[in-house]
Amino acid sequence: MIGWLRQHWQALRAALAKLAGQKSAGLASALVIGVAVSLPAGGYALLESLREMTGRLALDPQLSVFMGLEAKRADADAVSARLKADARIAQLRFVPKEAALTELKATEGLAEVVAALGRNPLPDAFVLRARDTRAETLDALATDLRALPAVAHVQVDAAWARRLAALAGLGRTALLLLAALLAFGLVAITFNTIRLQILTQRDEIEVSKLIGATDSFIGRPFFYLGLLQGLAGGTVALAIVWGGLALLNAQVHALAESYGFEFRFAFLPPQDTLAVLLFAGLLGWLGAFMSVSRYLREIEPK
Amino acid sequence: MISFSAVSKRYPGGQEALKGISFTIDAGALVFLTGHSGAGKSTLLKLVPAIERPTSGSVIVNGQNVGALKHAAIPVLRRNLGLVFQDQKLLYDRSVFDNVMLPLSFTGQPRREAARRARAALDKVGLLKRERSNPIQLSGGEQQRLAIARAVVNRPAALIADEPTANLDAESASEILDIFIAFNQVGVTLLIATHDQGLVERYGRRVLHLADGRLVGEGTPG
Repeated sequence: MIGWLRQHWQALRAALAKLAGQKSAGLASALVIGVAVSLPAGGYALLESLREMTGRLALDPQLSVFMGLEAKRADADAVSARLKADARIAQLRFVPKEAALTELKATEGLAEVVAALGRNPLPDAFVLRARDTRAETLDALATDLRALPAVAHVQVDAAWARRLAALAGLGRTALLLLAALLAFGLVAITFNTIRLQILTQRDEIEVSKLIGATDSFIGRPFFYLGLLQGLAGGTVALAIVWGGLALLNAQVHALAESYGFEFRFAFLPPQDTLAVLLFAGLLGWLGAFMSVSRYLREIEPK
Repeated sequence: MISFSAVSKRYPGGQEALKGISFTIDAGALVFLTGHSGAGKSTLLKLVPAIERPTSGSVIVNGQNVGALKHAAIPVLRRNLGLVFQDQKLLYDRSVFDNVMLPLSFTGQPRREAARRARAALDKVGLLKRERSNPIQLSGGEQQRLAIARAVVNRPAALIADEPTANLDAESASEILDIFIAFNQVGVTLLIATHDQGLVERYGRRVLHLADGRLVGEGTPG
């Protein structure tokens, strides 16, 4: 057991020495891997932040029913009665045009505009929540409401939120595709760098086999090299994502503030940071494994 | 210790390097393998550590049929044999000391113990003072002694040497032979291939003589 640990420690040290010996070449491949990993990792961080923001906005679908401007209060009462009788509606609130106007006047900067209009431009309205919030039933309900007499307009407020959610889903799928493609690239990069390492150490490998080294002993430093290279690449990727988000946040924060709300892109949470590192390390190890199984057997003493 | 029975080796392409070789080397013996270059000496030596496999016949080393050994079992076989090559096969990217440490690293023993054994091996071949040098700085004879130190550091039961004195002057060659004799005296089995007839006659040990892939003579000169 101690001997086994010692062998792994030896292999890790050998891999570190090789990495240090590579200098610029090792740095270059870590950068290449880092850039490749930073694209899906950064995209994921952006998407997660947006999702968190849209989650804060009410996703609970609301329907607004606006009466025509010339509709009388009696028309509104008739619609109200119909709505109250509809089993699909869970909650109903009537907003008379006078109340809407008062609310509008209270909004900063709009009081003068409203005063300038001279008459109330707002219709009577109902705000209601549906019992069943699935998209199809909401749309069916909206269609029925539009057919009511004296109703001018029905708005499903959740529509934009649903579109955003659909877009986010699309973005997630695109990211997954990108990540899968780049994972192949990463394995290929490690495969190649480890192949070059194996070839430059041909003499050492041949002599080692000749005097009794096992294949696993010879291969082990290369596995560690691939793992370390992947981890280095993952670290570079996290640094790129962190730096990129910091740059974006300087702009985005000011923009969001001008709209009166607080928003920043958040860096990946600890478990995702760890996952990025592990994933990059694992892919590096995989590339090394493929390279070692392919090329180590070819080197046999003659 | 080492036993060949009806061993033939045909290389791909039809060249038959060995034809029906049979002999036995007892533990603790010192045997010279002679013959002109191309007679099959190197091929015969390569069959012992399974660098090559026989086409027919069997090669038994330490009771194991080497020809039928699984790939994974070969490293253990080779650790129990010290191999010395004509071209030494040293690594020039590391010191004399680290060259001797290489075979010890395979077994994962404590570094201090490994270093002690490496220095003991270097001491036996008279290179202890050169442990920090690069092998490239050593003379031909010293490089061959370093190769021997690396071969014996795992305390193998047998040493296999292919033309260990081929490129050396007479004085260095006899130094190398003296080192081999000293190992033989403490019980190590030796099989040494050489085309230097004078050397063989001087030591008066058992000789296997190869010609054109056949064992044509066996005996003790003088």
